[in-house]
Amino acid sequence: MDKAKSMMDKKGPAAPFHHVSNGQSQRAPSFHSHVVLNGGCNNTGTSNNACENSHVLHQQQHHHNNHHHDDAECNGGSPAKRCRLRRRTDSTVKRHRPPFPWFGMDIGGTLVKLVYFEPVDITAEEEQEEVENLKSIRRYLTGNVAYGKTGIRDVHLELRNLTMCGRTGNLHFIRFPTQAMHRFIQMGRDKNFSSLHTTLCATGGGAYKFENDFMTMADLELLKLDELDCLIQGLLFIDRIGFNGHPECYYFENPSDTQACVKKPCSLVDNPFPMLLVNIGSGVSILAVYSQDNYKRVTGTSLGGATFLGLCCLLTGCETFEEALEMASKGDSTNVDKLVKDIYGGDYERFGLQGSAVASSFGHMMSKEKRDSISKEDLARAMLVTITNNIGSIARMCAVNEKIERVVFVGNFLRINTVSTKLLAYAMDFWSRGQLTALFLEHEGYFGAVGALMELLKTSEEQP
Amino acid sequence: MAERDRVDRSSSSHSMDKSITLPPDEIFRNLENAKCFAIDIGGSLTKLAYYSTVQHKVAKVRSFDHSAKDAAEDKLYEISEQEEITARLHFIKFENAYIETCLDFIRDHLVNTDTKVIKATGGGAHKFKDLIEKKLGLSYARVDKEDEMTCLIKGCNFVLRNIPHEAFVYAKHADSEFRFQNTHPDIFPYLLVNIGSGVSIVKVESEDKFERIGGSSIGGGTFWGLGALLTKTKRFDELLQLASKGQHTSVDMLVKDIYGGSYGCLGLTGDLIASSFGKSATADTEFSKEDMAKSLLHMISNDIGQLACLYAKLHNLSRVYFGGFFIRGHPVTMHTITYSINFFTKGEVQALFLRHEGYLGAIGAFLKGAEEDNPNQYSWGENYAGSSGLMSVSPDMNPMQRARSGTFDMLEMDRLERKLVNLPLLQDPSSYIPDTVDLTEDALAREYWLFCFEEALDGVVKRALASQPDIPEATERAEKFRQKYRHKLQTLRHQPFAYGSLTVRSLLDTREHCLNEFNFPDPFSKIKQRENDMALKYYQTIVKALELLSWEEKQFALVRGVLAGNVFDWGAKAVSDVLESDPEFGFEEAQRQLEERPWLVDAYDQWLERLKGPPHKCALFFVDNSGMDIILGVMPFVRELLCRGTEVVLASNSGPALNDVTNGELQILTGRIAEMDPVIQLGLKEDRLTLVQSGSSSPCLDLSRLDKELAQVVRERKTDLVVIEGMGRAIHTNYYAMLSCESLKMAVIKNSWLADRLGGKLFSVVFKYEVPPGDKHQSKDPVAPPTPS
Repeated sequence: MDKAKSMMDKKGPAAPFHHVSNGQSQRAPSFHSHVVLNGGCNNTGTSNNACENSHVLHQQQHHHNNHHHDDAECNGGSPAKRCRLRRRTDSTVKRHRPPFPWFGMDIGGTLVKLVYFEPVDITAEEEQEEVENLKSIRRYLTGNVAYGKTGIRDVHLELRNLTMCGRTGNLHFIRFPTQAMHRFIQMGRDKNFSSLHTTLCATGGGAYKFENDFMTMADLELLKLDELDCLIQGLLFIDRIGFNGHPECYYFENPSDTQACVKKPCSLVDNPFPMLLVNIGSGVSILAVYSQDNYKRVTGTSLGGATFLGLCCLLTGCETFEEALEMASKGDSTNVDKLVKDIYGGDYERFGLQGSAVASSFGHMMSKEKRDSISKEDLARAMLVTITNNIGSIARMCAVNEKIERVVFVGNFLRINTVSTKLLAYAMDFWSRGQLTALFLEHEGYFGAVGALMELLKTSEEQP
Repeated sequence: MAERDRVDRSSSSHSMDKSITLPPDEIFRNLENAKCFAIDIGGSLTKLAYYSTVQHKVAKVRSFDHSAKDAAEDKLYEISEQEEITARLHFIKFENAYIETCLDFIRDHLVNTDTKVIKATGGGAHKFKDLIEKKLGLSYARVDKEDEMTCLIKGCNFVLRNIPHEAFVYAKHADSEFRFQNTHPDIFPYLLVNIGSGVSIVKVESEDKFERIGGSSIGGGTFWGLGALLTKTKRFDELLQLASKGQHTSVDMLVKDIYGGSYGCLGLTGDLIASSFGKSATADTEFSKEDMAKSLLHMISNDIGQLACLYAKLHNLSRVYFGGFFIRGHPVTMHTITYSINFFTKGEVQALFLRHEGYLGAIGAFLKGAEEDNPNQYSWGENYAGSSGLMSVSPDMNPMQRARSGTFDMLEMDRLERKLVNLPLLQDPSSYIPDTVDLTEDALAREYWLFCFEEALDGVVKRALASQPDIPEATERAEKFRQKYRHKLQTLRHQPFAYGSLTVRSLLDTREHCLNEFNFPDPFSKIKQRENDMALKYYQTIVKALELLSWEEKQFALVRGVLAGNVFDWGAKAVSDVLESDPEFGFEEAQRQLEERPWLVDAYDQWLERLKGPPHKCALFFVDNSGMDIILGVMPFVRELLCRGTEVVLASNSGPALNDVTNGELQILTGRIAEMDPVIQLGLKEDRLTLVQSGSSSPCLDLSRLDKELAQVVRERKTDLVVIEGMGRAIHTNYYAMLSCESLKMAVIKNSWLADRLGGKLFSVVFKYEVPPGDKHQSKDPVAPPTPS
């Protein structure tokens, strides 16, 4: 009931547009757009840039509401409307565009996710004006795929030639361990980042934890943003613009058949709500999302990505997620887990349990003989399967309790982790008898950072 | 004695060989009469169940034939102690290591060779099937494997239905860790979360209808398996011990590790675990075994708790019981599961645990095997004498017994003659609590009563001996009784929660059970007989004297009579001392001892006012003592009710307890009174005076466990008044009982400590007259008082 109510509340009064270039109607449109991508729009000339300033006053609500009031629209609405929007907002663009560099940062428990917008439409004039350290940052980030020992740019995720806030450029996706945060801040100091007068938008717990360090070490003030707000905004945005002409979202066809199970692209765009959003980072948060800015956190679990990695490190001596996954891919969890058939000799028919179902994760490890002979690969695989199945199980129960059929899994735990994605797809399908669909997104763990970046583009406009 | 035996042996348990000789008197009792074996072999413990017939003495009374003149001597009836056979269920729990020894023992002692089938359940049933068949020489018999979950549910239903205070809430930091729950009259529906190596979540809707609605592979086996890998510790118990000493915060990533503080807008506090083992992914430090075990314990408990909550919510169930070896009596896991359930349901659902959780499988398997005897059609009662009680072998509770080896835990249940049900007149059966004071929580009262019972022990032993003067071996039995009961008291001093909530009632019942155990079925039989004989002689005098009074005087005299009669109570030390020293102490003296009005609790005026109104339709009277009490106090009162036009149902104990009048005795007494008194005679003849048995053999009264027939009579007669008399029934129990009709609770406080506590003194009077809210009796137009007859 609360949900329905707050969804209605969303239609609050819209503030009038600050600048209307051609005297057209001042009536607020039913959706607002300040970020328009070149994907579906005919972007010739300069008039294709729509970066408008609008914000909706919200009423306080029971549920969490995003502080975002703007839709990032690609080609929604009628062509005429799009046209109108473009023209109307054209003149505001230059005046309120935030200064470069454009970053969005998500500081999690294990990883820092950074998105960087690299403008490619820099004019000669601009190039001349560009200060040296800004240039240096741009070149450093775009010229490398690895930074220091642990920073990595996920080149394959780069979004090319997109337009944000009137500028065309590429969106880069960079990650590094949260442990290296202080080195990162030092770098910011060394590059005299504070002189650029940019706002550093940060989300995730680290935005709070490191706020003081940013200030004292690098004289940088963070704009702290709620991580779940950012996650949803970023996710909806990326899904809408697509992945360089391909859909961002995918699912698995025939999830119960390992041979015929294939990844299939799809899109959330048309009707993404309601969705159950399962974010698997260090821990897991599960959100029920009813609209772009109406959602609630249903529950969470502490058995997440860092649990997998942490226990794998302790059990196998591995050091990285990649190593752990590599081992897991070679292992066999049935040497570690006790299956139903290990206990009952076959299916447990009285309760309709298949013999191949896991009865007790790590159950075989109660026996000393088996502990002594088990391989690291098997342990890693069992750990992965245990954590994944558990998340699947909780997500499924939440979906049933919340009466939501679409379950979207995101978070860096799923990075290069087809074992888990396929297992989740299978678990959702099998236990719900086909009622639930598991959906995945290509930019797994970066949505919070994208959401933070979007906030930068918005907030700057609010201070003309 | 079983406990004593256990304690003795535990001191040497470290060096103990597994081929111990079993103490047969205690552990496999009545084995020679055993039949219907069932066995539940778990990962480390074996639970054995059997059914036996117990031969023991019962006291019987038989009326002399008074028509034959020659028998018309002093005595009204004769007392005899007869051997009677009753059914008993035995459950024994021991380490798997003893399985061979135990099987050998059973083979050697089993006389009854009817046993052809042994029902077996549990994970180890497969493994030991051959051994059982071979050892017991059941060449023509077989071991039937029964479905584990079905047995578990059957067992769970059985204990919930038959054992009061079976379920409890665990509160680690409370004054008493165990908060026992009232058994709800309808035990269904409930959720059973069985945490074995994996987790099964079963929704139980009725005796035969249950469904596994979910489960998880992360269970006790995960804790054990992963724990063993991480800490190189082999045993489950040791892992728990490690965990109880560890700090999870060094291993887990907390919300504050990520946020630097709390995540305020989601209401997540900083101490919340964001990611279990999250720090071990990055930190280079070594973690201690304790810390890892603790982190693992939290991880698994929280996960199970979360799933249980999700299922409870989905199926809209609020009663969630937890069991399985992960839980089994371990305070550590009960605490973490409780915490998790509280967290995930914000306190809406309480995690419930069961005192006899470890026996569920064996009980269920047994019930399956004993279907021809249909155990479920009877009511059963926990025998405190033969049961070892909660935590008897828990290493956590008793560090001296680190190893469980050599410890045998027992549960015995007696088949009750009669099926027990709720009194239909309880206002809210689900919230009815018989006992007035929970000694588990009231340490001061506990101290007093334990002392009081210990002090009275010599007297009880003496009385028991005196009841069997011509039996030489009675001395030995009396001594055994003394030891057993004293040991029970000692156990209760240290573990007040051993048999559910400790109450004056449970202390009294335990004593009765122990007396029965050593064949002292009715130590007060002769005293009761003498006093009944004596009181009968005065009956007519008393009745005549009452007839001379005015209506109002008479009503008061009747009430005073009941109260004076109630002074004659051998269960109260203050009185038994007087009675012992002054055999002439009589009804008159007792009346003089009574407190003058206003009494400590005094609703007499309201009662009198009520009597001026229309008569009650039917009164149910729970009587107390033999002798003066029943004959000179209660009977005249009953007579007056009959005269008013009120039907009377007299409820007395089915079996003996102290000097309380039993149904058998009351039948004879009432017969004799009827011969003297036409009112009583007519009442009996017209079926307006009915004698029923309460179904109880306790000096106290549990209105939720009464004879089914009594309940039926009460319903049929549209009973609108309940009278409860005596300390045991109206003070120690039922003082706060809320009934849906008018009630009268009358007692004389014959214990100075209790009187003190209630703000009165010795022989203070409680006269409590209550009318349920909304009852219109009081406000009806006043009717002229009936003419005194």
